[in-house]
Amino acid sequence: MRPPKRLRRRVKSAVLLGLCATAVLITLLPLASILLECFVNGAGAITPAFFLQNPPPPCNPGPTTPCPVGGIQDALLGTLLLVVVASLIALPVGILGGIYLSEFQDRPLARPARFLADVMTGIPSIVIGVFVFGIFLFFAEQGWISSFSITSGYTGAVALAVIMIPVVARTCEEALRLVPVSIREASLALGIPRHRTILRIVLSAARGGVITGALLAVARAGGETAPLLLTAGFTTGAITGLSGWTPSLPVLIYYSAAGGYANTTQLAWGAALMLVLIMLLISVGARLALRNKFGGRTA
Amino acid sequence: MTGDKLVVENLNAWYGKTHAVQDISLSFPDKRATAIIGPSGCGKSTFIRCLNRIHETQPKARAEGKVLLDGADVYADDPTEIRRKIGMVFQRPNVFPTMSIYGNVAAGLKLHGGYSHDEMDRLVIESLKKAALWEEVKEKLDQSALQLSGGQQQRLCIARALAVQPEVLLMDEPASALDPISTARIEDLIFDLKNQVPVVIVTHNMQQAARVADRTAFLYLGKLVEVAPTRDLFERPAEKLTESYITGRFG
Ligand SMILES: Nc1ncnc2c1ncn2[C@@H]1O[C@H](COP(=O)(O)OP(=O)(O)OP(=O)(O)O)[C@@H](O)[C@H]1O
Ligand SMILES: [Mg+2]
Repeated sequence: MRPPKRLRRRVKSAVLLGLCATAVLITLLPLASILLECFVNGAGAITPAFFLQNPPPPCNPGPTTPCPVGGIQDALLGTLLLVVVASLIALPVGILGGIYLSEFQDRPLARPARFLADVMTGIPSIVIGVFVFGIFLFFAEQGWISSFSITSGYTGAVALAVIMIPVVARTCEEALRLVPVSIREASLALGIPRHRTILRIVLSAARGGVITGALLAVARAGGETAPLLLTAGFTTGAITGLSGWTPSLPVLIYYSAAGGYANTTQLAWGAALMLVLIMLLISVGARLALRNKFGGRTA
Repeated sequence: MTGDKLVVENLNAWYGKTHAVQDISLSFPDKRATAIIGPSGCGKSTFIRCLNRIHETQPKARAEGKVLLDGADVYADDPTEIRRKIGMVFQRPNVFPTMSIYGNVAAGLKLHGGYSHDEMDRLVIESLKKAALWEEVKEKLDQSALQLSGGQQQRLCIARALAVQPEVLLMDEPASALDPISTARIEDLIFDLKNQVPVVIVTHNMQQAARVADRTAFLYLGKLVEVAPTRDLFERPAEKLTESYITGRFG
């Protein structure tokens, strides 16, 4: 006869497994429904013209009036430019900051810097937008920059960079900390100086985590709307580099979805689908990049 | 004493307030292997880690005293230069995980710079041969070092240490994580290596000390109790403490 204890254990195990599976489902459900919704509503908008036009004047289709959906050409370009420039600022600063937090833990600045980074990740992004806007306004008041540059792609890129830096720094720190002391000692014991040990050995051993962190930050910046409203501005016209009002995908979605017009709503769905696809692409790209050259995944 | 490659005078080392190495003086002659034995926690690792100044890289760790390499004070020189001259092999194999087999052996040369590709190739092959690993890896130099077995990884670490042409080789229980066959290979290796550079090997295994070392030092509670030719130390220890340790009648 099987002891009842064992039966009870089996039941417990089954119930717990069921709960876990339910939790997974609950987690995945919103994600799946977002994806589905974007596809169903947005796929229709995506034609070659979608990438070659800009947002149209809002209208509802009538029997005689043509009412084009338009496209996201300059907003897509604007998002790419903003994210690239923001990354150029945030990745070096963030990675160096992460190195400081992880490798120079005994320095007096390390603890306050880590605390600050944690606080910064929690600050609502609109506040960061206001903050960066305020700084550029101050610059303009001092006459250091033209007042036309307050609302510009550069201001927007700085705001995105401020959002990215703490994310990059903290994930980079965590990744570096996972590298065992024995690897550092192996390098130091070869007579490799500390800075080269950190930059060439430790950073290389942690590259998987560092790249993941960087891409996480890029994805976060690419989807931010609030800080760009105040800094980069928006235009349905052509982009003029980063020195003027710079359109971006999230802000395009924000303005297009708001009016309730048929054509711009359709455009917003299309843009939302594009944004989601770009994010997916980035994270798939990250996974591929993380397969190291020997075929296995690095930590 | 003349003819000593490495001379240690009144060495003390601390971790915070723990006085782990207490006033040890010991010298290591050229072309000899010296074993360091003693119970766990007696300061063997700390002692040899002071010789290449790795000890001081840990938080709160500190060392005082003199270590002379060819008569020049190690503690007055640039630590990176010293660590290049005094190589070290650790208890657990610590290969660089993102590098190939070749890359691991070449790492020291590459990051020091100043070596041509041909020189690098030559030194890598030579070191792998000295470490008795060449035959096993010559077909797969560009593959990940992590795919090697534990024993092979440890020999790779030895090759990596040899590639930068050290003048002294320190080994901290290099075979303690390995099976008997790998251990035997590493012991053979030490036996050959000591003809080129003095080898200092920490070991818990007294048979191992007897097999590979010309001289053996016994440490206890951070102090040097006795150092003598290996045979003398095991057969006619001068100190009571040594005798009770090697006969296993301890405490
Ligand atoms: N990182 C550290 N921080 C603080 N104390 C340490 C540290 N490493 C070692 N110690 C202490 O220093 C003393 C000597 O340690 P050490 O590692 O040198 O011993 P060992 O002889 O190598 O021992 P084992 O044979 O177990 O490897 C021990 O009392 C240990 O507790
Ligand atoms: Mg030890």
